[in-house]
Amino acid sequence: MLKIKDLKVSVEGKLILKGINLEINPGEVHAIMGPNGSGKSTLASLLAGRDEYEIESGEVIYNGKNLLDMKPEDRAREGVFLAFQYPVEIPGVTTANFLKTALNEIRKYNGLAALDAKEFLIFMREKMAYVELDKSLTSRAVNEGFSGGEKKRNEIFQMAMLQPKLAILDETDSGLDIDALRIVANGVNKLKSPENAFIVITHYQRLLDYIVPDFVHVLFDGRLVKSGNKELALELEEKGYDWIRTEQNELK
Amino acid sequence: MPNETELIETVTKSEYRWGFISDLDADEAPKGLSEEIVRFISAKKGEPEWLTEWRLKAYRHWLTLKDEPTWANLHHPVIDFQEIIYYSAPKSKKKLDSMDDVDPELRATFDKLGISLIEQMRLSGVAVDAVMDSVSVKTTFKEKLLELGIIFSSFSDAVKEHPELVKKYLGSVVPYTDNYYACLNSAVFSDGSFCYIPKGIRCPMELSTYFRINAANTGQFERTLIIADEGAYVSYLEGCTAPMRDENQLHAAVVELVAHENGQIKYSTVQNWYPGDKEGKGGIYNFVTKRGICAGSHAKISWTQVETGSAITWKYPSVILKGDYSIGEFYSVAVTNNYQQADTGTKMIHLGKNTKSTIVSKGISGGHSNNSYRGLVRVSKKAQNARNFSQCDSLLLGDKCGAHTFPYLEISNSSAIVEHEATTSKVGEDQIFYCNQRGISNEDAIGLIVNGYCKEVFNQLPMEFAVEAQKLLAISLEGSVG
Repeated sequence: MLKIKDLKVSVEGKLILKGINLEINPGEVHAIMGPNGSGKSTLASLLAGRDEYEIESGEVIYNGKNLLDMKPEDRAREGVFLAFQYPVEIPGVTTANFLKTALNEIRKYNGLAALDAKEFLIFMREKMAYVELDKSLTSRAVNEGFSGGEKKRNEIFQMAMLQPKLAILDETDSGLDIDALRIVANGVNKLKSPENAFIVITHYQRLLDYIVPDFVHVLFDGRLVKSGNKELALELEEKGYDWIRTEQNELK
Repeated sequence: MPNETELIETVTKSEYRWGFISDLDADEAPKGLSEEIVRFISAKKGEPEWLTEWRLKAYRHWLTLKDEPTWANLHHPVIDFQEIIYYSAPKSKKKLDSMDDVDPELRATFDKLGISLIEQMRLSGVAVDAVMDSVSVKTTFKEKLLELGIIFSSFSDAVKEHPELVKKYLGSVVPYTDNYYACLNSAVFSDGSFCYIPKGIRCPMELSTYFRINAANTGQFERTLIIADEGAYVSYLEGCTAPMRDENQLHAAVVELVAHENGQIKYSTVQNWYPGDKEGKGGIYNFVTKRGICAGSHAKISWTQVETGSAITWKYPSVILKGDYSIGEFYSVAVTNNYQQADTGTKMIHLGKNTKSTIVSKGISGGHSNNSYRGLVRVSKKAQNARNFSQCDSLLLGDKCGAHTFPYLEISNSSAIVEHEATTSKVGEDQIFYCNQRGISNEDAIGLIVNGYCKEVFNQLPMEFAVEAQKLLAISLEGSVG
């Protein structure tokens, strides 16, 4: 589904990603962990199509297409979804209206008829249950005045609505209390299928208690320096990132 | 409500859709302005002598006014008032008695504008007065309204049929000495709408006027007068379009509203005069004086405007709060793109006790345009417990446009509570990227964000107008962000 080959990316002349190689197949959940400043969010935003990055080398192939050549809205229409670390507020635009616009754009791109108001409402109610979303939230403006937890839940709700093939969760667990964490994780687990894949970016192991990854990768200083199964996450939790740092220094 | 995306899609392909020119035989006055022309207009309309005299007084006063006002944040070449045709009427062979008598070409024009009069009559329940160039073409629903004692007619008909009302109220809110353009209008106004709602009557339908400038080199000087007697209520809509022409055309209207005790007038405008092309060539100069007076206690006047058109807009719909406990409201969305200029706002003049006013202004500028809010809140000595809340927001699209705010507060009574909030923001790249990431294109994202930004004002508009306003917004903002 996704193949990242030797990807080097810089921002304002500074090399952030220094050669990433990663392959993701349908049905897989990949966790990417790493200390602050290791390039996790850069990778997530880059895949979603933010244009403030300079591609130095490498390529990203998504379902046979060159992802880096696609406009961000086309990536979304092709099934790439980013749950933002800091969801943006759009005053005056209700979440329902926003999602109806988004969903119908995606459907149109994929040759499907637009949902009318009634069909949309029925579909929306069904998906709201996934993240135990309060009814009033969808009639409020997108993320405006939402608490941190509500914003994150709203991201997962949007993911449920748009049914992406590849979902990237950028530190969705940060700022969540344990109950919200469980709700978010449950939402993700319900959406998991053999056809879609997840990239879960996180600092902490605790999210991975709920969303069990097939692979765990450690991103350190712009490189994926270690990969393993979920045991790696536990090891990291125990030893901390200094362990990686020491290992890396020894290699040098 | 259709969703924004659909709206934008249907409209973004076109430029100014109303820019066609109708091939109508016109009855025109010669170019230029003189006492003779004023008399010519008055005679054409078969006016009584008192009105001819009133016009002449206005004209003579206008001659004493040296120059056009220059205090606004607007720039345009000096207008040659002798190059303008002050009267142009579609020629009709006989008096219009029924819809069937309306010139087919003219009817086709209104059909194109989406206001088929017949359809309007049959389906929408909106009473329409359509003004083409200088003459009111047809007032629908007139008879039905008359049963309730409501008078809704062209201004000229009102002069003939209800001279006592016209005489009593004409110039009572905007005297001809008020300002340069109002004075000019008083001398040469051609037609417009007149509306009187008698005591205790709630007008059962939205009343609507559609203005259209068609002929070249013509000015449009309409005059609207609306009176809500004690306890009466009316909601009034005004729309306007003009053909695309290379030269600038002048539109100098006067609107006067009078609300008596417990009377209420809601006046909504969707202004879509031709804004000129992308290089700023052509377009309407929209220099309009609109003012209402809450003459009695508990009266209420509410202005809602969506200004997307015109090369230049100079307009300050105002309320004089004379009656105790009276209420004035002003809700405005003003959009400028390309080289458009707008200097618009309101005046809330608090004279009575316990009077209240609300101002919500949303300015949106794109391209190389300049958008200014100019507003005055005046609380006089005797206006005990006056209350005002003002909110002026500016939204910038791109980095070559300007947003300016000129609030004036003149408070002479210490019991007043006056609040002013102002914000300036840009459509954020983060917001656009967030929409992109959900599958929404740049253009649709901007439409969505801007419509959200204006929601507070759109909510004040009647339903059909709100939809129209959203469409217009999308068109006006086309290409505003690089």
